[in-house]
Amino acid sequence: MTVANPTAPPATPVAPRFEPALMRRKLTGTIFYGACLAAIGVLLLALTFLLIDVFRRGLPWLDLGFLSGVPSRRPANAGILPALVGSFQVGIFVAIFSFPLGVAAAIYLTEYAKDNWFNRLLQTNISNLAGVPSIIYGILGLALFVRLLGLGPTSLAAGLTMTLLILPVVIIASIEALKAVPDAQREGAYALGATRWQMVRGSIFPAAAPGIMTGLILAMARAIGEAAPLLLIGASVFVTFLPNPLEGSYTVLPIQVLQWASRPQADFQGISAAAIIVILALMLVLNGLALVVRARLSRHIQW
Amino acid sequence: MNTQLSEAPVREAATNGPGPAIRLATLPAGGAAPTVDAAPEYVVELRDVSCYYGAFRAVRNVDIKVAKNAITALIGPSGCGKSTLLRTINRMNDLVPSYRSEGQIMLDGQDLFAKEVDPVAVRRRVGMVFQKPNPFPKTIWENVAFGPKVNGYKGNLNELVETSLRRAALWDDVKDKLKQSGMSLSGGQQQRLCIARTIAVNPEVILMDEPCSALDPRSTLQIEELMAELKREYTIVIVTHNMQQAARASDTTVFMTMGEDRAGFVVEQGPTAQIFTNPRNQLTEDYVSGRFG
Ligand SMILES: Nc1ncnc2c1ncn2[C@@H]1O[C@H](COP(=O)(O)OP(=O)(O)OP(=O)(O)O)[C@@H](O)[C@H]1O
Ligand SMILES: [Mg+2]
Repeated sequence: MTVANPTAPPATPVAPRFEPALMRRKLTGTIFYGACLAAIGVLLLALTFLLIDVFRRGLPWLDLGFLSGVPSRRPANAGILPALVGSFQVGIFVAIFSFPLGVAAAIYLTEYAKDNWFNRLLQTNISNLAGVPSIIYGILGLALFVRLLGLGPTSLAAGLTMTLLILPVVIIASIEALKAVPDAQREGAYALGATRWQMVRGSIFPAAAPGIMTGLILAMARAIGEAAPLLLIGASVFVTFLPNPLEGSYTVLPIQVLQWASRPQADFQGISAAAIIVILALMLVLNGLALVVRARLSRHIQW
Repeated sequence: MNTQLSEAPVREAATNGPGPAIRLATLPAGGAAPTVDAAPEYVVELRDVSCYYGAFRAVRNVDIKVAKNAITALIGPSGCGKSTLLRTINRMNDLVPSYRSEGQIMLDGQDLFAKEVDPVAVRRRVGMVFQKPNPFPKTIWENVAFGPKVNGYKGNLNELVETSLRRAALWDDVKDKLKQSGMSLSGGQQQRLCIARTIAVNPEVILMDEPCSALDPRSTLQIEELMAELKREYTIVIVTHNMQQAARASDTTVFMTMGEDRAGFVVEQGPTAQIFTNPRNQLTEDYVSGRFG
C-alpha cells in the first residue's frame, strides 16, 4: 500500500464511487442456481430410472409368499425369509458390537487422549480405514473370526466382520458429534464438582447422542447393504432354513440378490429385483428410525 | 498491598470437611441476614497468587481477601486477568494444559493449592456461574439435580431441586414445566437456572464471571436482586465490566489492571463506596470515572 501524500490533503472528501452492475450480479447468481438445479436433476433422474426398472420387474413377484418362503429352484416358489433373518441377525450383532466399541473409542479420543502426535496419527488413520475396500475386511474376518476364533461361517462371524467394516465410520461420526458440543458444557459440569467421567456421562454424551445414534444407524444400514466381505467369509448362496447365528450356514439379502441376478432366466431376474425392493424398504425403515431417534434425543437440545 | 493477614479465618460450623457430604442450609428463604457487625470474617484469601500460561505470566502477586456473606466485585480492563484469577480460585484452570499458578488460596484456612487437595472437591465448595448461560441439554429438573447427584447427595432430590429453584427466584417461572428443556428458557431464566444448579450443591463461595453480560437490563436487575438475596447465605465474587453494576451491587471492590508485560495485578481494594468516590490510586480513579479502559 502507498501512503497518501501528506502535502496534498483532499480539500473536500470524495464521495465513494460504486458500480453496482446489479443485472450482471443477478445473472451470475441465476446461472449458478441453474447449475446446482441441473446437478440434483441428473441425480434424481438416474435414481428414478433405477427405481422404475426395479419396481417394474420386481413388484409382480413381491407377495407374502415371497417374504415368508425359502429359496427354491423354481422362481415361482422362491422366498427370502432365510436371507431376511440372516440380515437381521447380522444387523443386530453389528449394533451390539459397534455401539460400545465405537462410542468408547470416540470418547477416548475426544475427551481423554492428550493432543499429541500419536493420537492425531491415530485419528487420521481411523479416517483412512473408512476408505479401505470392504473386501479387505472380508479377508480379515475370514482369518480372524472364521478361522482363528473358530466361529465358522456364521452370522456371528459376519456381524463381527461388518462391525470392523463400519467401526471407522461410527467412530468418526461420534467424534464429530462430541466435538460439536460446546466447551461451556464441559466447564458447566466440572464447575459443579463432576469428575471427568461424570462430566462425559451427564453432560457431553447426552448432548452428542443425537449425532452419535444417527451415525450408528446409518452405518448399520451400510452393513446390511454390503455383500462383498460376506462372500469371503462363507455366506452361503442357497439356505433353505432359518440360520442359527452360532453355527451352520447363513445368507443375507445382498448375497441372495447377487445369486439370483447371476442366473440367466428372466424369472430369477424378477425375484432378484423383488429382493432389491425388500432391501430398499429396509433402508427406508432404518433412515426413518434414524430421524425418529434423532428427534427424540435432541428434544432438550437447542444450541 | 494488603498485609493484614493476621486474623485467621474461623468458620463457626466447619461441617464441610472433605467428602461428598452436603450441608443443607436450614435458613428459611426470608430469614434474617447473619449480623456481622464485628470485623469482617474472610472466607477466601489469595496470598501472593501468580498465574502463568506457559511462560506468559497473566497475573502477578495478587493478595485479595474475600469477606464472608458479602459481594466482592472484581473490575479492570479487558485482559488484565480477572477471569484467570476467578478460574484459579475454583481450580478450573487446572484443565488448561499450559496453566500453572503460584502462591496460596486459603478457603476456610485450607490451602486450595496443597498437594492433597483434589480440584474436583474444590469445585463443589466453590461454585461458578459463567458469562454465557450454559444449561445442560436436559430437563430443568435434571439440570438442578445433576450437581447433587454427582456429589452423592443422600436427601430428597425433589425437595432440594425446589429449594434451589426458589432461592434462585426461578421456581414460580418453571414449577409447571420442570420436565421441559433447560435450554427452552429465556436467557435471564437460563442464567438463574445456572445459579440454581450452583447453589444446589451448597457451595461456600459462588464465583460469577460477567454473569449479566449476555442479558438484557431487566434480567440483569433480577440477577442483581438475586445476588443481594443470596449473600445472606453465600459469599459471592463477581467479575463485571459494568461500573454501575459494581457500584450498586457489591460491598467490596477490587480493581486490577495490567503492566507493560501484560501481567495483571491488583491496584486497590476496599469498600465499594470508597473505591468509587474516593479512590486512593490515580489509576483507579481514571478507570472508575471512565477515563481509561
Ligand atoms: N487458555 C489460555 N491460554 C493462554 N493464555 C490465556 C488463556 N486464557 C487467557 N489467557 C491470557 O491471559 C490474560 C488474561 O486473560 P483473562 O481472560 O483472564 O482476562 P480478563 O480480565 O478476564 O479479560 P476480559 O475482561 O476480556 O474477560 C490475557 O492476556 C489472555 O490472553
Ligand atoms: Mg474474562
